Amino acid sequence: MTSLPAQPAPKRLGLVIDLDTCVGCHACAVNCKEWNAGGYHAPLTDFDPYGAAPDGVWFNRIHSYEAGSGADARVVHFPKSCLHCDNAPCVTVCPTGASYKRGSDGIVLVEEDKCIGCKLCSWACPYGAREFDTDAGVMKKCTLCIDRIYNENLEEVDRVPACVATCPASARHFGDLGDPDSDVSRLVAERGGYDLMPEMECAPTNKYLPVRDKQTGAGGTLPLEDASPEGGFLGWVDRLLSDASAV
Amino acid sequence: MSTSPVSGDRPIDLSPSLGDRVETTTCYMCACRCGIKVHLTDGTIRYIEGNRDHPVNKGVLCAKGSAGIMQHNSPARLTKPLRRVGERGAGEFREIEWSEALDIATSWLARVRASDPKRLAFFTGRDQSQALTSWWSQQFGTPNYAAHGGFCSVNMAAAGIYTFGSAFWEFSEPDWERTKYLLMFGVAEDHDSNPIKMGLSHLKERGAKFVSVNPIRTGYSAVADEWLGITPGTDGLFVMALIHELLRAGKVDAGYLVRYTNAPYLVIDAAGEADDGLFARDEEGRELVWDRKSNAPRPFIDPDVEPALRGEVELPDGRKARPVFHLLAERYLHLDYSPAVVAYQTGIAEEVIKRIAAELSEAAFEQELTVDQPWTDWRGVRHEKMIGRPVSMHGMRGISAHSNGFQTCRAIHLLQLLLGSIDAPGGLRYKPPYPKGFDSLPRPTGRPGDVNPNSPLPGPHLGFPQGPEDLLVDEDGTAMRIDKAFSWEAPLSAHGLMHMVIGNAWRGDPYPIEVLFMYMANMAWNSSMNTPRTLEMLTDKDEAGGYKIPYIIYSDAYYSETVAYADLVLPDTTYLERWDCISLLDRPISDADGASDAIRHPVVEPDRDVRPFQDVLIDLGARLGLPGFIKEMGRPAYPGGYSDYIVNHERQPGVGPLAGWRGEDGAETGKGAPNPGQLDKYIENGCYWREELAGEHKFFRNVNRGYLAYAQDKGFVKSTDPVISQLYSEPLQKFRLAARGHGDNVPPESERDRIETYFDPLPFWYQPLDEAAAGPEAYTLHAVTQRPMAMYHSWGTQNAWLRQIHGSNRLYVPEPAAKQAGLEDDDWVWAESRSGRIKVQVKVMAGVNARTVWAWNAIGKRAGAWNIDPAAADVTQGFLLNHLIDELLPERDGGRRYANSDPITGQAAWYDLKIRIEKAEAEDGRTVPQFDEVSKPAGLGDRPDILRYAGGRRP
Repeated sequence: MTSLPAQPAPKRLGLVIDLDTCVGCHACAVNCKEWNAGGYHAPLTDFDPYGAAPDGVWFNRIHSYEAGSGADARVVHFPKSCLHCDNAPCVTVCPTGASYKRGSDGIVLVEEDKCIGCKLCSWACPYGAREFDTDAGVMKKCTLCIDRIYNENLEEVDRVPACVATCPASARHFGDLGDPDSDVSRLVAERGGYDLMPEMECAPTNKYLPVRDKQTGAGGTLPLEDASPEGGFLGWVDRLLSDASAV
Repeated sequence: MSTSPVSGDRPIDLSPSLGDRVETTTCYMCACRCGIKVHLTDGTIRYIEGNRDHPVNKGVLCAKGSAGIMQHNSPARLTKPLRRVGERGAGEFREIEWSEALDIATSWLARVRASDPKRLAFFTGRDQSQALTSWWSQQFGTPNYAAHGGFCSVNMAAAGIYTFGSAFWEFSEPDWERTKYLLMFGVAEDHDSNPIKMGLSHLKERGAKFVSVNPIRTGYSAVADEWLGITPGTDGLFVMALIHELLRAGKVDAGYLVRYTNAPYLVIDAAGEADDGLFARDEEGRELVWDRKSNAPRPFIDPDVEPALRGEVELPDGRKARPVFHLLAERYLHLDYSPAVVAYQTGIAEEVIKRIAAELSEAAFEQELTVDQPWTDWRGVRHEKMIGRPVSMHGMRGISAHSNGFQTCRAIHLLQLLLGSIDAPGGLRYKPPYPKGFDSLPRPTGRPGDVNPNSPLPGPHLGFPQGPEDLLVDEDGTAMRIDKAFSWEAPLSAHGLMHMVIGNAWRGDPYPIEVLFMYMANMAWNSSMNTPRTLEMLTDKDEAGGYKIPYIIYSDAYYSETVAYADLVLPDTTYLERWDCISLLDRPISDADGASDAIRHPVVEPDRDVRPFQDVLIDLGARLGLPGFIKEMGRPAYPGGYSDYIVNHERQPGVGPLAGWRGEDGAETGKGAPNPGQLDKYIENGCYWREELAGEHKFFRNVNRGYLAYAQDKGFVKSTDPVISQLYSEPLQKFRLAARGHGDNVPPESERDRIETYFDPLPFWYQPLDEAAAGPEAYTLHAVTQRPMAMYHSWGTQNAWLRQIHGSNRLYVPEPAAKQAGLEDDDWVWAESRSGRIKVQVKVMAGVNARTVWAWNAIGKRAGAWNIDPAAADVTQGFLLNHLIDELLPERDGGRRYANSDPITGQAAWYDLKIRIEKAEAEDGRTVPQFDEVSKPAGLGDRPDILRYAGGRRP
């Protein structure tokens, strides 16, 4: 079995995902696929890609579904990828040390050369966030784009995960959730960000922001008052015109 | 290699190379035309990302754009020109060389041009080079050209132009930074893709309210503050009820209306006379208003006029007249448009309609905003500030694709104008080069006498008729175009009627054609109504054994369903292998604050024997000797192909396809001599050009003196005339008068009722035509489609990554209808319309209008097409609602069958469909109908069982 870092990581890098703004467009999923196809875990194999049962390795998947029925129903777009947990069961269960959590930033990674493809980690992960590549015979997963976020070949502004850079709705944020003053930590505090399935006690780093209260449209709750008493048909128009010509 | 030093980390290359080369270009995975950066390793694409500097997408990129690698590497790519050898539709071809392909095409086309040019029908689909394709066909001399707008959104486009000199989407955008209330109509998850998502995100951050009016709660509707699940085709009723409420309460922007719209124009009231319903004009032709100061008629143009908005007046010649606004108020204050009356039909409760009206009023007038920016209006009146009405609207195909869509879309624009919000801060903002007045735009060309052997058409095909005199009909009133555009059947069909071409050509109505030439349009599948019947028409033969449509030339980059029906296939490149220009002459990508255009350039070389279609078209133009395509001694005018044309072609002196870096030294914008270094400049700048507008030119541009002068200087518009918004559309009234027998151009007797009914100069609501034909009892459910975000305009499920997201289809059935029919998820049903039936699987859904079923569009492939496995779910479980939609309305008295289209614009009425459903047995678990498998051309090769794409890195 593999140990988690003895000391808490100085940084806890992760994602904050805004369920209020996510429109379920899959931009993050496909851009992740595209970056990572040539990245740390290259390739992200696709099986039967033009066939009857296409199925590939994806580090980020969007689950769109309708919850509830009748008037209470709502459509949910739920993006899901590795949550880079502090108490990552996928790491502790690993018999070879392939699965590990980085001491410096808390990112959970798989070292493919050490992976024997036993899949214990995918069984241990309560979020279903691991992706087994049967062609390569190894487990793969979200790296938080570790080959982007420190990449000196990228401009600094681009050193964020691909899913964050590409999201058209700005529904994905990246930063240090271990720093209470970071933008992402403040966002979580302001918006009531929460842990996914806290009862599993994995202490996930990634946070989700709940749906905001709906805007009701200020003021306009009463029917508009009738203007017709003022001077018969369209009498109010003359008054409006007098006002307008004074502008 | 840099490594991680901290304990618990392991050596990792944290700074791998992104490749050996990065190129900017423009995406073509849909119609947004975002800027992209393509990273390459040894000529292989490592990664495609959004270009952060680009005005359209500012660095973001959607699912389609991110899947561009798979589009570029698709095994469905055509590889060589093809000549049909088997029967049409079988997919049996022999590969030929380009020289032979071009010889064949030239011989077919030259014969037509020399005898009767109208026997060529040239129609393009998702064409982003319409400035070239239209000019080519104009030089060829056929009247039969259009792109796909007629079956996409011409209702929206035409209603916008005739009303406020612009239109939703490409010609305008909500003021995302300032609007406090957004009302969005019939926008599924598309048009445009990234800018809407970026905009909605801004709105949510600022706490603005977003209301989505849509029968289906997915995509944008799912994140809206309020979703109004309207009954399809009733948006007009809803909007007119909002107008009713605002008028009832006197909540309109009277100052805006009298200054910038035709609300005060006097309309002549002279029943039975030839001028009834036209504007009163003085002897110089200037529109008259009633001046409240002098109590006399005066020209609207007079700077100090104080126009009245109500009252019947008598003109000096004794005629009676009333202001437009008076007529408008009478119309919409009628009880027919009251919230209580429209609630049932729209499916939106009376109190909700009233509340939305109150919210709009509150946002527009109580939350008025001010931009401290002086400006001068067209009369020369200086305004110290810009007064904003922070209410904006957007609408798209859910409005357009109904046969009442033109009038409905006009109603939405009326609502915006009454609130004073169009091009006001916080409202819907123009994008340059718009606005353009409807009366400043070209009129259609192709009347009798305009079409002659070996001669070009004297003007552009498509335009905006000002009245019956601009129709393309002969003396009997018969259509001159194969699609009957600009005929009495569809007078304002500004984008043509591509959906009618195959049917009309097959019927020989109004005449047969010889060559059907198409580009990027899947007309043998999801872009035609009544697909099974369309396939029969494409393969039907006459008594002599020849095809009724004798020759079909088709250009596509992929083995789409339509390829199998071509006699000659011209294989196109992918979007990463070509030059293109996104031109202000065509479909601009500007934003509200500045004009933009862009290019594509080849970032990879084709590995197949394919050519960019635009190069081929220019080559054919030279071979045919078309004017403009040859110079002295018949030598090609653009030997360098499309890139040569992009730089050197001039539409008017100094105006070419690209506006940036013009003039010999590249210092001019808008107008200037061709610059041989222009494309290099674009490439240096990220493949786009943008010019920011001055602060005083950013709002009220239709009446902004400074902006209008700027626009004229840049060649955007011809004159500095203001673009007065047309609440009342006089051209429509001119058609009505013709239907009453006035004037030199009157419709045939059989057409008069139809023109009289629908050409109302003020928007009104009527039941969609095909819906009315189906009747309320037999077919109880509306049926509509929408494209999923990950697929809209993206050439469908062939893409290895996108098809993993959306690979099969369901008919989504509202809970009450499912309960009534005893249906649960994955049950099978027969869905039947008045013209066809399909068998499909269902999914029960709460978030959909209770009288509406829907499906994803184009998740359904024909066996053998696209080089995907015939056993794929796209084939076996996919389906199209197209099979249920008749391209013709039922026979009327006299046997006449009209197109299933808007009677004003000819817009394909996809969403008028009514069906019924009935539980069915699963049987073999395949959707019905299934079509014969088409063969695969030899060049396509094998599709991989396993894809290990690694972007040039380790396999």
